[in-house]
Amino acid sequence: MTDTSLAKTPAPAPRAAPPLLAMLWRDKLAFASAVILLLIVVAALLGPALLGEMANDQNLRGRNFAPFSLARGWQFFLGGDSLGRPMLARLIVAAHSTILIAAGTVAAAALVGAAAGLVAGYMGKTTSQVIMRLADVIMSFPSLLLAVVVLYVLGPSIPNMILVLAITRIPIYLRTTRAEVLEVRERMFVQAAVVMGASHRRIIFRHILPVVAPTLLTIATLDFAFVMLAESSLSFLGIGVQPPDITWGLMVAQGRPYLTTAWWLAFWPGLLIVITALALNLLSGWMRIALDPNQRWRLEARSTAPVSAKPASPTHG
Amino acid sequence: MAEALLTVKNLSVDFHTARGTVHAVKDVSWSVGRGETLAILGESGSGKSVSANAVMNLLDTPPARIVSGEILYDGKDLLQVSYEEHRALNGKKIAMIFQDPLGHLNPVYTVGWQIVEMMTAHGRPAAMARARALELIARVGIADPEAAMRKYPHQFSGGQRQRLMIAMALMLKPDILIADEPTTALDVTIQAEVLALLKELQAETGMGLVLITHDLGVVAEIADRVVVMNQGEIVETGSVRDVYHQPQHAYTKKLIGAAPGKGEIKLLEADAPLLLETKNLKKSYGGFTALKGASLTLLRGQSLAVVGESGSGKSTLARTLLRLEVADGGEALWKGRDLIRMGARELLGVRREIQMVFQDPTQSLNPRMSVYQLIAEGWDIHKLMPDRAQRRARVAELLDQVGLSPEHAERYPHQFSGGQRQRIAIARALALEPELIICDEAVSALDVSIQAQVIALLDSLRRRLGIAFLFIAHDLGVVRDFADTVIVMQAGEIVERGPTAQIFDNPQHPYTQRLLAANLDPDPDVQASRRASIAAQNA
Repeated sequence: MTDTSLAKTPAPAPRAAPPLLAMLWRDKLAFASAVILLLIVVAALLGPALLGEMANDQNLRGRNFAPFSLARGWQFFLGGDSLGRPMLARLIVAAHSTILIAAGTVAAAALVGAAAGLVAGYMGKTTSQVIMRLADVIMSFPSLLLAVVVLYVLGPSIPNMILVLAITRIPIYLRTTRAEVLEVRERMFVQAAVVMGASHRRIIFRHILPVVAPTLLTIATLDFAFVMLAESSLSFLGIGVQPPDITWGLMVAQGRPYLTTAWWLAFWPGLLIVITALALNLLSGWMRIALDPNQRWRLEARSTAPVSAKPASPTHG
Repeated sequence: MAEALLTVKNLSVDFHTARGTVHAVKDVSWSVGRGETLAILGESGSGKSVSANAVMNLLDTPPARIVSGEILYDGKDLLQVSYEEHRALNGKKIAMIFQDPLGHLNPVYTVGWQIVEMMTAHGRPAAMARARALELIARVGIADPEAAMRKYPHQFSGGQRQRLMIAMALMLKPDILIADEPTTALDVTIQAEVLALLKELQAETGMGLVLITHDLGVVAEIADRVVVMNQGEIVETGSVRDVYHQPQHAYTKKLIGAAPGKGEIKLLEADAPLLLETKNLKKSYGGFTALKGASLTLLRGQSLAVVGESGSGKSTLARTLLRLEVADGGEALWKGRDLIRMGARELLGVRREIQMVFQDPTQSLNPRMSVYQLIAEGWDIHKLMPDRAQRRARVAELLDQVGLSPEHAERYPHQFSGGQRQRIAIARALALEPELIICDEAVSALDVSIQAQVIALLDSLRRRLGIAFLFIAHDLGVVRDFADTVIVMQAGEIVERGPTAQIFDNPQHPYTQRLLAANLDPDPDVQASRRASIAAQNA
């Protein structure tokens, strides 16, 4: 007869999982992204208090002052705007409202959308239908029109903007979450949990949500840049952020007429939006892998890459 | 031996992965002649498919890299010819069929279109292709070929799809047919029919057949010669009869020894108390009746096997007992209480007493939970063992019980092999100290040698802990080794029941007889005598 003794099968080579920070340090791009985001957050938190006055200090002699010159002091290194205010200081101060609106909107939309999506995907047909038709209503309504109406009625303010933008973004999270939940719900491990007697709450939060979360994270980071631009179009129409408050999106919009004569007015805030979105994307990509036990080895393997890659590279071809 | 049509010589293929280089096959040589059937036998990860994929130019390079060797066909080395030359040979001279015909047929085209395309792609006129397709579809045993041509892949059963794949492969009268696990996804009776068809077609056309399989029974039924592979190397090669009766290599011996269906048949201890009794259990989905009134009894410590082919209702039976589906009628008395109409609170208590082990441990274990979390989840759910240290100790004990080591607790499922994962699933089921474990095809996704170990584990648990098993399986060998009582199901009905010995030695119902006849024995001589007796009956 066969060897049916329960011989201790040798496990895959044990490897202590490195702490997250060490793993982040190894992925240079993700690390740089984290540093950039940290700087932006610091600017958003401290900017208005430190540089608020300087950013609104008009000086008509410095109108559209060209960048890369220290003649008027460090704050004019990135140039001056059409009223002679220092760009650098304005960019730092603008980070506050920009990040507040974008982060607030994305967080609110993701939270509400994911919650509704989980319910719609997990519950029976009727509940799901009601939620989905509501989402359809929001989606079929032109979002800018909705925003204009609501902000006109409620009056423009940052909380109202977050509210309006969040409502228009909810369906994206909702539909994605529901679609994923419908699939994950049928997976074997969810049924295994049902058989063990797990409660609905446990199944949703312990078994379904962790599988859906990476997708939501990816959408949220992509959405971040979108929200920054949507906010700028509202501000451009005069129903968004009100001066003297500024955001990067508003700065881009205001700098557009000067694009041929003073490119830096629109360029710097635009660049910051791109950098923020890019950094978020890189970091979320890293996080998706780092938090998935199935994928984590891809990051861990990088530390040993010089060893394993060497024989591989010359042989290929 | 016939002159070799296709020869693989000293082939070595490496795969470059993030974890370093894996030698998928090392110095592999085999050849197949006209009218000959060569079986490449091996377990998962043995590299049995790699050399065939190299023949078809199906290896992705990278990550794969062919390090050395040659593949000779018609005087040409297939590893050296251009892509276009290779394409001209693929399908035309060397054809291939796969395990999963649904995955290899395009769902948006009709079957007829796809079969005809096989020929038109190689530059034959469409009318000729159509005529040949009709002829072949009829030849592989599909009724009404004209109508079949207009249908889509999902409108056929698994066995029919595999027949269509075979028809497609034979369109251009290839010299060589490579079949990669062609019957693994099929029911036993269908498997027997498909193998018989392959054999007939081979006799008619004289093609060489290369059959890649993990199943000794398939080898015994159809192959002339066999190549046994283990960890990328050929450990043994020879005629099927020689290899089965006088295996030389330790691995071959182990593989043959592990083939199920040879152990002592177990007897039921009749004095055990009644655990579960179902009466006339019914379930239908829309117009389809999956379960037409199943009645059975299960005693403490009994191992009751439910056998049947796909669609027989055996999984539906398990799912209604577990309340994953709500039964339409009948009752299931668990220690006298009706499972079907039980309230949520009472059900939670029963959920602790009945556990399940699923077919595929890769899917039934949450990939984001560590082994400790997986095993301890039941205690969280049922609010047992609040003490952490006590839990750790018990998890370690359970892991030890199923043949894993306690330090595995912090790992995640993907770090284990298939067999180890199924042990984790069993440890999870044991954690709640159940009285009944329902196994739905719990060993059918595992390699034979692992299968034997898991069966032995389950049996020792049954004897030591007095756990009853409801064991759903399609593999009769495994059932014979494990069960003391067998229920045979067909089309939602129980057609026969009785002690294992009685079912296997003296089956009454024609369906049971058919099932047993279709079950392939790993011994080639047994298979040969069976074929002879069937031929004599038909004559």
